[in-house]
Amino acid sequence: MNNPNFDLLMFARGPLFDIALLVFVAGVLIRVVEILILGRKKDFSKAKGQPVQQGIKTIFTRTFPRPGAIKANPITIVGGYVFHIGFFIAFLLFVPHIALIEELTGLSWPGVGRVVIEGATVLAVIAGLALLYTRWKDPVRRKLTTWVDYLVLILSLLPLITGYVAVNKLFGDPTFMMALHVLSVDILMIVFPFTKLMHAFTFAMARYYNGSIQGRKGAES
Amino acid sequence: MNNSSRSGADLVQLKEAVANLPTGNALPILSEVLEALGQLVENGRTTVIDLGAIPFTGGDENLLHEILGTGEVNAVLNAMGESHVQETEIPGVWRVDHYDQTGETQSRFIEIAVIPEILKTQIEDAVRGRELLAERLNDRKGGA
Amino acid sequence: MPSSPLLPKMMKAHGVSRRSFLKYCATLTSVMALPPAMAPKIAHALETAPRPSVIWLSFQECTGCTEAITRSSAPSLEELIFDSISLDYHHTLQAASGDAAEHAREEAMKAHHGKYLVIVDGSIPLDEPGYSAIAGISNLDMLKETAAGAAAIVSIGTCAAYGGLPQANPNPTGAVAVSDIITDKPIINVPGCPPIPLVMTAVLAHYLTFGIPELDELGRPKAFFAESIHDRCYRRPFYDKGLFAESFDDEGARAGWCLYKLGCKGPTTKSVCATVKWNDSTSFPIQAGHGCLGCTEPDFWDNGGFYKPLSAPAGNYRRVGQAAVVAGVAAGAGGAYLAKKNKAKALAEHETVDAFTLEKEEGES
Repeated sequence: MNNPNFDLLMFARGPLFDIALLVFVAGVLIRVVEILILGRKKDFSKAKGQPVQQGIKTIFTRTFPRPGAIKANPITIVGGYVFHIGFFIAFLLFVPHIALIEELTGLSWPGVGRVVIEGATVLAVIAGLALLYTRWKDPVRRKLTTWVDYLVLILSLLPLITGYVAVNKLFGDPTFMMALHVLSVDILMIVFPFTKLMHAFTFAMARYYNGSIQGRKGAES
Repeated sequence: MNNSSRSGADLVQLKEAVANLPTGNALPILSEVLEALGQLVENGRTTVIDLGAIPFTGGDENLLHEILGTGEVNAVLNAMGESHVQETEIPGVWRVDHYDQTGETQSRFIEIAVIPEILKTQIEDAVRGRELLAERLNDRKGGA
Repeated sequence: MPSSPLLPKMMKAHGVSRRSFLKYCATLTSVMALPPAMAPKIAHALETAPRPSVIWLSFQECTGCTEAITRSSAPSLEELIFDSISLDYHHTLQAASGDAAEHAREEAMKAHHGKYLVIVDGSIPLDEPGYSAIAGISNLDMLKETAAGAAAIVSIGTCAAYGGLPQANPNPTGAVAVSDIITDKPIINVPGCPPIPLVMTAVLAHYLTFGIPELDELGRPKAFFAESIHDRCYRRPFYDKGLFAESFDDEGARAGWCLYKLGCKGPTTKSVCATVKWNDSTSFPIQAGHGCLGCTEPDFWDNGGFYKPLSAPAGNYRRVGQAAVVAGVAAGAGGAYLAKKNKAKALAEHETVDAFTLEKEEGES
């Protein structure tokens, strides 16, 4: 006799995770290595400013919105912050997740309690839904959005929602909900390299290039 | 190693301290008791609350005892191990704790009743009692 | 005769008062998660229930389940319950052996056809009948034959309920659970390696008084297998606070912190170990400092390692990860090389690109 819910969890933790890991790691590396090797065309002109310094600086300064941006797009910016910070608190400070990362990489750090994790999760989900709503409501943004963008946003929210439901046993069989949680992460990992989720790795390179181009021209960025 | 310097007694104490951390379940139980006491007073209805049905540690027991106190009746049954039946300072609220022959706790209840069921003589036992007494009297008569 | 209630007579013979019995029934309601007010009803039902004939079949097992149920420390009413059944066949416990023993089984089956209870411990090998046989009868044949006239079957222990250790990968004997073979009889699964003795006797008591208890989707009585060990664990507050033991002898382990990171399967394991406990309510594995192995769940031997956290991946992730790094870097470099070559070629051939082609490419990706 089998427990189909547990079997699904073992499939999600086992073979499917292996496939997801392969696609994720190889996919991300393919794209990052390719971008780095291709580089930019060498600029032979004499630099008027400090391209390297400005490039590195820009990686960090672009983390903060330019003046007036919050006022113009409050939900996008505040929601974006809340979603990202909440997502990373739930992902990186929940001890079962740390145990997973430790198993994979040997790296470990202390986690935080349930109140913080669940608070962050709830806020991140609310922020994500708000982002989804504004994207759909605003005619311009709606025009710019492809179905993949919606898919990616929903796929990013699913691990948060399923994890919360599984841990708190809100509904469904808890083992089944945990299997769905791991499954949703597997899917997120698989689509990651092929979608705009790649920004998690490419943002630094893009900002560096932008900053260094400006820096070469002698501009501050 | 560090742990070898720690004595075994320390370890046991630590473990006990952890196992006795209050869970916060004492207060909800007490409001259930209050409600049940109302039922007893108004309708004469008896309620039994199973303390084994929820996480209930030594710390919770302390709080329970602090609020309920110790009352007038304290009975010890000797029925396959001891059972302690105690009325609390709140009349109508009883503690019924069953232990086995080795003194281990079997089950713990709060009974809201005029008298807990287990204290009453069971008719089946009384039947046996009648036989026994008749036998003993018979023996005495036969001997005389 | 077996059909007459025996318990009152036995109580009298043992000098057990009805008050003692009532006390036992109160404890029974507590462990069976029944309303405590049911105790007098259970007492009455047990006193008047007819004594059932029980045939106990031991297949591929270690006798741990029999040991557990027969070895409570002090003579107790649980034993009385166990004694109140007519155990007509149990090849480890019975005095008779060989043909005489098998004869006892056949006789019980004939005399109580349709009414007897079959208890099974151990799994059944399907690959070769000779892997496990009793008196020359293969386990499979004996189970089918005995189950045919049974009122119900109780699968005691994880081997009988789900296959257990004999079924663990690579399952050399082709072991299966009772429910994989018998499908036309009610089956109560009482898993555990071994099950808690009190749970076994309580299920028996429930069967004697109220018939078959309410079962979950894995055939387990809901009274004992509805909640996870994690939810009832006294270490749960540490899980919630984010305090975890990192090894079996660090400060956290000594302070009694949560054992999740050391592989505890409490969150996915349903049993009453944390409340009923073991050895007359003395302790249970987590209280003794070791994580739960998940022994009441199907395939618990193969569920990703006893000492691996539940959240850790269970497959070949390390090798896969290394391969992914090598493949990713190589493919990335190859892609870059190809792109450069294409660019040079396009440049040499004076290919033109306009905004529409770019947009088309963008739309495709």
